[in-house]
Amino acid sequence: MSTVDASDASGGVQAAAATDTSNYLTASRGIASWMFTRDHKRIGIMYLVGILTAFFLAGIFALLVRTELLTAGRTIMDADTYNKFFTFHGVIMVFLVIIPGVPAALGNFVLPIMLGAKDVAFPRINLLSFYLWCGGAIFLLCSLVMGGLDTGWTFYAPYSTISKEPIYGVIPALLAVFVVGFSSIFTGLNFVVTIHKLRRPEMGWFDMPLFVFGIYATGIIQILATPVIGITGLLLIIERVAKIGIFTASMGGDPVLFQHFFWFYSHPAVYIMILPAMGVMSEIISVFSHKHIFGYKFIAFSSLAIALLGFLVWGHHLFVAGQSGLVSMIFSALTFAVAIPSAIKVFNWLATMYKGSITLETPMIYALSFIWIFGIGGLTGLFLGTLAVDVPLHDTYFVVAHFHYVMAGTIFVFIGGLFYWWPKMTGKMYKELWGRLGALIFFVGYNMTFFTQFIIGLKGMPRRYYDYEKLIDVIPGIAGLHMFSSIGSYVMAVGLLMTGFCLLQSLFRGRKAPDNPWGGASLEWRTTSPPPLENFNEEPHVGDPYDFSDLEWDKEIGGYVSTGIRKPATGH
Amino acid sequence: MNALLGQIGLLSARLLAQGSDRGWMPKQRSTIAPEVDAIFDFILVVSVFFFLLIVGAALYFIIRYHRREGDPMPGGVTHNMPLELLWSGIPVVLVCIMFWWGFKVFVDMRTPPDNAYEISVRAQQWSWEFWYPNGISYDELHVPANQPVKLVMTSEDVLHSFYVPEFRVKMDVIPGRYTTTWFEALYDDEGSNEYPLICAEYCGTDHSSMITKVVVHTDDGFVDWLANADPLAAIPEELWPEYEKDPDKFIKDHPEIKGLKTPALMGQKLYKRKGCSQCHSIDGTRVTGPSFLGIYGKQEEMEDGTTVTVDANYIEESILNPNAKVVKTYPRGQMNSYQGRITDREIAMLIEYIKSLGQK
Repeated sequence: MSTVDASDASGGVQAAAATDTSNYLTASRGIASWMFTRDHKRIGIMYLVGILTAFFLAGIFALLVRTELLTAGRTIMDADTYNKFFTFHGVIMVFLVIIPGVPAALGNFVLPIMLGAKDVAFPRINLLSFYLWCGGAIFLLCSLVMGGLDTGWTFYAPYSTISKEPIYGVIPALLAVFVVGFSSIFTGLNFVVTIHKLRRPEMGWFDMPLFVFGIYATGIIQILATPVIGITGLLLIIERVAKIGIFTASMGGDPVLFQHFFWFYSHPAVYIMILPAMGVMSEIISVFSHKHIFGYKFIAFSSLAIALLGFLVWGHHLFVAGQSGLVSMIFSALTFAVAIPSAIKVFNWLATMYKGSITLETPMIYALSFIWIFGIGGLTGLFLGTLAVDVPLHDTYFVVAHFHYVMAGTIFVFIGGLFYWWPKMTGKMYKELWGRLGALIFFVGYNMTFFTQFIIGLKGMPRRYYDYEKLIDVIPGIAGLHMFSSIGSYVMAVGLLMTGFCLLQSLFRGRKAPDNPWGGASLEWRTTSPPPLENFNEEPHVGDPYDFSDLEWDKEIGGYVSTGIRKPATGH
Repeated sequence: MNALLGQIGLLSARLLAQGSDRGWMPKQRSTIAPEVDAIFDFILVVSVFFFLLIVGAALYFIIRYHRREGDPMPGGVTHNMPLELLWSGIPVVLVCIMFWWGFKVFVDMRTPPDNAYEISVRAQQWSWEFWYPNGISYDELHVPANQPVKLVMTSEDVLHSFYVPEFRVKMDVIPGRYTTTWFEALYDDEGSNEYPLICAEYCGTDHSSMITKVVVHTDDGFVDWLANADPLAAIPEELWPEYEKDPDKFIKDHPEIKGLKTPALMGQKLYKRKGCSQCHSIDGTRVTGPSFLGIYGKQEEMEDGTTVTVDANYIEESILNPNAKVVKTYPRGQMNSYQGRITDREIAMLIEYIKSLGQK
């Protein structure tokens, strides 16, 4: 037992024993205490369970898709089944896993604690968000049962408006996107208000951990962009049901209009996915370098710059879609503008590591993997943002590889963040060896799978191809490349399963976690592991979140303790 | 600026390009391909440099600054304005070059020269149809080399995308509007001059088999091909009854009409050229539409319960108005009307072909 201030620790423990609120997990019992909870930590855990289940399911779909592509011709399924499987992989990963992943699961848990608050601003809406997420997941299951969905996650018209029977999986899937969208809007709104109103009074904007800035920028996008996808989905449903021409040429609509509407949300959504992950990166890199983050304000403002510029680049998905040349030029220029703040973040992380005191626990392995993965994802974006080069590469495997490298950046950081805050969430330590090994195998498998796809794309193979038999003669080596890529996906699966077992094992057999196992300085490391019901046993002392000078390693506890002398908060 | 771009282009081309066959990318077989690849190479050099810099620095730091037990918490600088401006400024300059260069070449890729030879393209699930100025249509794209070719494209149903990797050309084909693209193919004295033409925009079940080919001809070769591409169209109006009456004799008497065969064999060619083969098998396999094997003369139950005999009239109606009578258990709305895209002669040949596949 060690809390921030040793003199108060015993008092805290005694109070806890009496009311049983010293640990949010044991504060109340029974299934109803979880289902109707308003505790942001429990809601975060429920999100985590839901998201990991969805991640598992989407992973199964991905493995089936890769297995079909293991050999040319039919391997295990027919074309229609393949088209449904890659669609479900995409829809689940985007809407149920990556978009809510870091903010709703990890953010829910740590954001209020980082701010020194007892909970989010609207705890009931927070619970509603979670149930809306569940509702979306149920609609998606309906779509799976009702004939499936084979439009790709992009729902492009007129394929989505005129193909197949009028009911069919398109409508429940769009309702799923609509409902999950509200979950996302409410989460964003809740976090933005929480950051404005529930910060400790002495905590200024620039005393907040950078993860909070990431979540704040994300919240702005969630609130402003998500309604557009909801309305677009409704328009598509109306068109399908009432036969009113909006996006369908044969009814007088315009298919390219749908693409504009769709990407007006779905491009900013990429930043909904990546900004919180970049926030986690800033935490992990600084804490495991045991050194103050470099260029705090540049990292913070680059998040806001990405959020704002991210709204203005959607047209780069339409360079060969019949959009005017002038418009394409403007979107290309803006796309390059958004590359700069991302580069700034990477350089600042490296500068943080420079002359640091670096340890390589599992979260740091994931953070370093992110630099590699996101480095490749970001740099290959330069090819696609360049107008002339995008023309041959658009809609090929090059694009598939590019966006997997970007989005998997988020997955790597999500898992890294999970390991980072796992001791805080569960009160248990995992086995470092298995965590690291799982991370390395996942990393190797990931690169085997997706780096290969850059080459497949450069050779000219389009995406969403069930079969490449017809391409074997014209694209040399394509069969071997696909087989290698598929084998990589199995390696990835082994790494992820190992990671899952490592975390599960810790729940049952894990050593008890100290309050501050890594030497973090932000407020979540200055309360108990796991935290009490209302997060702090005594009023937290706000300081510079990246000032580690008061922390000392305590061998007996196996964690860091504060010596009590900290730089005070600036209050700005 | 242009001079600078030229210099960089030359430099990166020397660094990377191995002539026009670069192994890991499709051959450069259009005039624009080397220009696109020069930009690609420039971005590749920049990317590889920055990737090695970033990863190299990270690896060096974790080894050099590894924490040992008892090490003090490092202090050090936490911000440095000149450094921030430097590592923001350098990427800004580099991406400006990428943007401008890419834009310049893109404008060329989108602007067909005035003297371009025009071919119109109709895409449908899951076949391509190319219409030439002399009114004939074909399922492969044949083009003259060393001459700009402009494509005016539209779709009969959903989105498709015209893509020829060797030409570095791609443009979506959209229902309800016309999109255009152009290229100037190069003739390869040693190669086959045939390249894959691929649908790059997801269009449903058989998206991955919506592949045909581009054939590049010399000037003379193209004129020759065009004259003989459609033997049916080459038969003069007044001689048509003669061909219908006794095809074998007609073919013998008129050797000047190259490639002319019996109606059933002509129909067999059309079955592939018109895209029928994408949805109707000839071996009894059930695909999107009913198989043609043994269908002629058969009694088929329609979705409204009525029964129809598959005869010449029904086949003609189903080609021109596919949704008038749909066979039970088959999806409605899958096929588009061929009205205006098929001649009476071609319909007659297709009927003969279906007949030849067996009769009940």
